[in-house]
Amino acid sequence: MQHVSPVREPLVTGGKTYHDVTQDVCRQVEAAPNIRWMAALSVALLLLGVFFYSVYRTLWYGIGEWGLNKTIGWAWDITNFVWWVGIGHAGTLISAVLLLFRQKWRTSINRAAEAMTIFAVICAAMFPVLHMGRPWLAFYVFPLQNTLGSLWANFNSPLLWDVFAISTYFSVSLVFWYTGLVPDFATIRDRAKGPIAKVAYSLLSMGWKGSAKHWSRYETVSLILAGVSTPLVLSVHTIVSMDFATSVVPGWHTTIFPPYFVAGAIFSGFAMVLTLMLITRVVFKLEDYITIEHIALMNKIMMVTGSIVGVAYITEFFIAWYSQVEFESYAFINRATGPYWWAYAMMMTCNVITPQLVWFRRVRYSIPLTFILSIIVNIGMWFERFVIIVTSLHRDYLPSSWAMFSPTIIDVGIYVGTIGLFFTLFLLFAKFFPVINMAEVKAVLKYTVDNGPTYTGHDPHHVTHPATTHGVPASAPVNYDKHD
Amino acid sequence: MTKRFALGIFEDEDVLLHAVENVREAGVKIYEVFTPFPIHGIDDAMGIERSRLPIAAFFFGLTGLSFALWMQIYMLGFDWPMIIGGKPHIALPAFIPVSFELTVLFCCHGMVITFYTISKLYPRWKTPVLDVRSTDDKFVMAIEVNENTDMTKLTQILRDNGASEVNQKEMSKF
Repeated sequence: MQHVSPVREPLVTGGKTYHDVTQDVCRQVEAAPNIRWMAALSVALLLLGVFFYSVYRTLWYGIGEWGLNKTIGWAWDITNFVWWVGIGHAGTLISAVLLLFRQKWRTSINRAAEAMTIFAVICAAMFPVLHMGRPWLAFYVFPLQNTLGSLWANFNSPLLWDVFAISTYFSVSLVFWYTGLVPDFATIRDRAKGPIAKVAYSLLSMGWKGSAKHWSRYETVSLILAGVSTPLVLSVHTIVSMDFATSVVPGWHTTIFPPYFVAGAIFSGFAMVLTLMLITRVVFKLEDYITIEHIALMNKIMMVTGSIVGVAYITEFFIAWYSQVEFESYAFINRATGPYWWAYAMMMTCNVITPQLVWFRRVRYSIPLTFILSIIVNIGMWFERFVIIVTSLHRDYLPSSWAMFSPTIIDVGIYVGTIGLFFTLFLLFAKFFPVINMAEVKAVLKYTVDNGPTYTGHDPHHVTHPATTHGVPASAPVNYDKHD
Repeated sequence: MTKRFALGIFEDEDVLLHAVENVREAGVKIYEVFTPFPIHGIDDAMGIERSRLPIAAFFFGLTGLSFALWMQIYMLGFDWPMIIGGKPHIALPAFIPVSFELTVLFCCHGMVITFYTISKLYPRWKTPVLDVRSTDDKFVMAIEVNENTDMTKLTQILRDNGASEVNQKEMSKF
């Protein structure tokens, strides 16, 4: 039996019963789409149109449509790739790492955060694939024999590690998310009225009935998946950082990259979770589930990871000086004072100063301020990747090949387009799937009630009545003592 | 084959948990318990054995690791050896990332496929359930009955243990 702490803040407010949880979460799925959702979807679809147009231009006319030049061969595409992958990491952190640490507050946000992970990885994958120029040859990245000879893929290359990391990460996250969804699909299935909904949710729910044996296995599977996803999520951004760190480019060739990138990923990911949750809780009236406490806790994680990122920036600078490598020192001086100083200033302000505001309780508990902060962090983390990639490349060893980068409209179009792709997927998810994990929230409901029912003896005649106290979840009258 | 079930409906998981213990002690065989969320301690009360899925997951992971190492060593070390970056053909440190990723890939997918297979979970057009409220807010204890079962006694046992309702239901395919 669970210990109920009298001092702990409730995880779910409003004295919800189990049935209330079902009602509140299924309301959105069962109702006809509302006007705000349709308006949001239209905007997202418009941006998705921009994406398709930009992709068409890229594929038809070639990579020359982008602003890349012979010095800066990686720019917005890889910036966006790393940005999106990083955003995805918060979802896995919430669903896996917080599960292992038994942080029960994760239950009301993990579903949407995991969805965010999957959609963010889809957006991320667009960039390396499009950068290939000929995506129909994308299978070349897999270790298949070359069609002309018997040459295999190069397993020493971090870019190949990335292929394995991202595809494993995507498929494992998808399976983790779907397995969590199955019991909730069963709930919707058993409530469904329309014939299409009945069949659709029956198919999706895989015949789940909630038997004790299945739940037992389900919990085992969740735990193992969480245990395996935790090192996986760390490995993914480590490998992403190795795309840079294993090169000899000054500004990239640093051993600090893996932990620094992982912290940055979680930082930006939590910012995106906050942005999405703050909107979702209002639009779908889920304020009792995603409470101000959740927001404060996420703010704290953002502050910790943001501070780690800040320390990493300073460490990089120190090492550049301490190493006494001329090129390394120049790379960093150039970052701060060179032609891209404004990007560097954006990064420093948004990522180092902004999260420190969260030390103030008033900021942490303020919804409008949190929303603004989360947007600023998202912008700052985009600039971080831009700074790392473009300012390191634009002036390296050979001054005669120094250059500047300016994006074309197609660069902008693809980036904005992936935001449209992301929101199209997220809005469809939010309408047709349960945005909150009902089963897990129900399981922690009692944990939150300060005077929850306590069942002490085995003799049913001495049962403490479960429905006498305020806010007790199982408040439906239990009428077994009528037989006394 | 049609099966007949007596269904004890419970409102609270703690009441159910102790009812499971008491009903089993009274010598009644519980067919299955259906709950809207996992209840801790019900495995022991129901006598469900600890799942061996973690062992399966370990061996799937081991398969993935072996496959990854074999693949990389065979391809770069034997089938088409090449010097890349002045490193040995079989540069084990460089093989760590792919080996790790494939270990995770095999472990997760192997375990999840095993889970769905042994639990007989697959997409169905229609899913018959004993009580639709068991995925919402009710805890349902199903006991298989036949003509010879003393229903009054069974009902009394369930009621005494806190069931708020006792129903009967016939299922043709379950």
